[in-house]
Amino acid sequence: MRELPVIKTEGVLELDQAVIDGVDISGHWNRMFGQRSITEYPTDALDWVSGLAGGESLRNCYQCGKCVPVCPVQHVGDYGPRKLNAKVLRGNNLLEDPDLWLCTTCGNCYRVCPKEVNPLEFMPAIREQAVLEGNVPAELATAFENLQRQGNPLGESARKRADWIADAGVPIPLIAELGRPVDVLWYVSDYTSYHPRGKDAARAMARVLTALGVDFAVLGNEERSDGDSARLAGESGLFELLAEQNIKAFRKYRFERLVVMDPHAYNAFRNHYPRLGWEGEVLHYTQFLAPLVDQIEFRSPVEVDVTYHDPCYLGRNNGEFDAPRRLLEAIPGVRLVEMPHTRANGYCCGGGGGGMWLDGFVADYVSERLSERRVREAVATVGFDGTGVLSVACPYEPSRFEDAVKSTGNDGKLVVRDIIELIDQAMQQPS
Amino acid sequence: MSADVFVLVEHRDGAVVEGTFELLGRARELAAAAGGEAVALLAGSGVDGLVGQLGAAGRVVVVDDPSLAEFTPTGWLAALAPIVRDRAPLLVLATNSGVGMDVAAGLSIAAGLPLAAYATAVELDDGSPLVTCQLYAGKVDVRVRFAGGRGIVTVVAGAYPVDAGRASGSPTIERLAPAATDNRVRFRRLIRPEAGDVDITRESVLVSVGRGIGEADNIALVEELAAALGGAVSSSRPVADSGWLPRTRQVGKSGLRVKPKLYLALGISGAPEHLEGMRDAGLIIAVNTDPRAPIFGVAHYGAVADLLDVVPALTKRLAG
Amino acid sequence: MDLVVLCKQVPDLAEELEIDSAGTDLDREWLNEVASEWDEYALEEALRLRDAVGGTVTCLALDTGSVDELLATCLARGADRAVKVGSFDERPDSHTAARAFATAVAGLAHDLVLTGVQAIDDLDGQVGPLLAATMGLPHVSVVTHIALSADGSTATVNQEYSGGVVAEFEVDLPAVLGVQTSQEAPRYAPVSRVRQLMKTAEMDAVDVAVDGGSGLVVEAMSIPEVGGRAEMIEGSPDAIAERLASLIRERGLVAGGVR
Repeated sequence: MRELPVIKTEGVLELDQAVIDGVDISGHWNRMFGQRSITEYPTDALDWVSGLAGGESLRNCYQCGKCVPVCPVQHVGDYGPRKLNAKVLRGNNLLEDPDLWLCTTCGNCYRVCPKEVNPLEFMPAIREQAVLEGNVPAELATAFENLQRQGNPLGESARKRADWIADAGVPIPLIAELGRPVDVLWYVSDYTSYHPRGKDAARAMARVLTALGVDFAVLGNEERSDGDSARLAGESGLFELLAEQNIKAFRKYRFERLVVMDPHAYNAFRNHYPRLGWEGEVLHYTQFLAPLVDQIEFRSPVEVDVTYHDPCYLGRNNGEFDAPRRLLEAIPGVRLVEMPHTRANGYCCGGGGGGMWLDGFVADYVSERLSERRVREAVATVGFDGTGVLSVACPYEPSRFEDAVKSTGNDGKLVVRDIIELIDQAMQQPS
Repeated sequence: MSADVFVLVEHRDGAVVEGTFELLGRARELAAAAGGEAVALLAGSGVDGLVGQLGAAGRVVVVDDPSLAEFTPTGWLAALAPIVRDRAPLLVLATNSGVGMDVAAGLSIAAGLPLAAYATAVELDDGSPLVTCQLYAGKVDVRVRFAGGRGIVTVVAGAYPVDAGRASGSPTIERLAPAATDNRVRFRRLIRPEAGDVDITRESVLVSVGRGIGEADNIALVEELAAALGGAVSSSRPVADSGWLPRTRQVGKSGLRVKPKLYLALGISGAPEHLEGMRDAGLIIAVNTDPRAPIFGVAHYGAVADLLDVVPALTKRLAG
Repeated sequence: MDLVVLCKQVPDLAEELEIDSAGTDLDREWLNEVASEWDEYALEEALRLRDAVGGTVTCLALDTGSVDELLATCLARGADRAVKVGSFDERPDSHTAARAFATAVAGLAHDLVLTGVQAIDDLDGQVGPLLAATMGLPHVSVVTHIALSADGSTATVNQEYSGGVVAEFEVDLPAVLGVQTSQEAPRYAPVSRVRQLMKTAEMDAVDVAVDGGSGLVVEAMSIPEVGGRAEMIEGSPDAIAERLASLIRERGLVAGGVR
């Protein structure tokens, strides 16, 4: 490759010809190397945001708009990452702006951003300032208060967190009672412990683990919420409070790995707990089971058309797309079909980043819920000629998507099943 | 010390409130058992018409003075506290309303009498009052006595039948001037709610929603059910407080008292304040995700389920 | 304007309540305590009024040994000062509370004393009117709206009755108000701020005599049989809907469709 002479004209970097890795990218159509105005406004708001810990990357945005077509909220409302960033550039105060609460931190914009502007970092940073002012939508404040009081966003008693165990049908050891190290500490998480559909998945998981002879135990009532969505919604103090409680419990026991049902817990334990004093091997349950799939004894086929929804915090944000698919493909009878928005370009269900507790608030700003849009995509993929299955791997989703199936009038065309429920079903004797 | 049972008469717009009649009926029974008199304590201005409604009492003590033209906590206390203090009744009964609670507390301090609140039953056990109170949003019953054998009780509406207090009779009328006046709280005006689109007290079918409705958008589901039933939508207090339904749809102690033929309580836990407003309904059906919700204690039929699942299913079956 | 707010904690109703072995109180070993809901409305109103006209908001709580978080939360919401009152081994009844608060409030500048209209454990009545009577102050309860006069000598308040009827009163200050609801939802207290305040905030303490009691003797406390009356319908939402529809039809209660 020839080294090209660089010509500087008054501090502006302009190349007549640009060749990168042997590829000539000069051309009248490619003006990415021209001097470009970032902002003509006073930079106070921008300085303030980029001065927050985590807010730095917002400064890099140069309004190219690549984020616009991939933002799930943009599909249903008058919102997009570029719009939010433009507001900051123009000096708007985001702390009073409802747009501050529309982002689900799905990360799709970050994926395509040439400047790596990262809402997973700046959104919690800005929202934290709103929280410190007490400026929080009421629904979200209620979830925060429930998390503080009872260690779960639903406000259910912490002492009832392990009640689901009674109906599991298989023995589930509490690690405190076991009195010895275990291979797997199974972190059950909030919705899996308390929500009726979550409990279905919990019981299925217990049966599968038992059938596989896995040496596992649960924390029972010592378990507290991972708090990751609360963190992304601005309550870092609450996240730390919950982490303190969980880490105290983790440290009491010896276990080889932590297996979680919830991608949000996966994200918290893997990516944020180390800085708070705990580090260990963390696996999402699909990652744990995929290598064991050949040991699973499937006794009845599950003859269904299935499409898989990649959870943002397992897929795009943590890179695991394959393990869930391996499991689904191993189930006899399952015909796996991909939706148009798949894998790294999956379409968010709207529950992340605090969205799970902002549906009422957000409703004023969107034409339909993200979960409703996704359900319609799933119906178009597998539900148009009978009953299809939308398979999920995140406890937020059964309730979100089942609500959406009803509210979009698709009852009968689509059912929602956690992958573990399908595995469990295929392991039953034929009826 | 007497064996009399005093009843604080609460009145508004020229009528004695129903809660007072409940207490008069009960006071008569208690006084008879104790060997005393049921005494109605009436404060107001130009209240002769009200005196005529208090036939169930053995005696009516009237403090009639222009300064008492409208209820004020300070005015009534100044007028009535000395009477209670001097006459040392066995019991003073008041409704567990804002008026009752205010005056009862003041009487408790002024007369040095203990106070039992949120009572659902007042009995005499060997001449000594025994009170059952409901605490913790109706989840716990407490039975208490008074250390000195005498006390004040604020009684939850609906505890006793109204009709027993509407008995006719010719009580002794005693008219007194107020021993003192206190106008540090001055009545300015009464604000009535705007005439709503619907008078829920006249509907024979009410579909009532509580916090279990989740969010404002879900109200539409319930409107459809109400339409299929030919009824109207009403609510518990939190839903009205959130502004999702007008205040005129609120059922309960601080809302309206309704007696429809069918009352569907959806996502309503059944706190005592709500029960006060609807417990006399003909057929009460409750749907709630909490199997221990107090509403199941007054409902005729119940289901532990999510109303968001049951309501559309029910609408479908009724509309078809 | 010197605003004083009286706060307390009550058992969290999310928990299943159990009676202790003596049968006269709740089993408190595993109870979670939360701020009494109406006290939060009272604090929110106090903060709103202070923000509007200037002054201070001082929060008082009877010191049962576990009120730090409660008072730190008040400070995190914006109260200016927190005071722990007395020292109590057992949670005091409302009469004892009123006497204790009366001593404490008398020692503070107080134009307006706000507290929740009631609490879920007010067996012997509500603290607001009991305090007012003890201190000889005027009192209005079930207050849903508070406005202050320009010279700060009176307040105009709404008292709510049933049927949505509301009475407007003018009250001479100093006075005690029992707050039913606040204009805005209680502002959120960020966890990090509460935790920081629990560590660093200076809370005053004032001694008071603990005496008397309520004059009530608790014979027994019990959990009433719930669901004992309703005939419960089991099954899926569809099965439930089916049964309800027949029940309703059987009784001729479908009043003929669209009104």
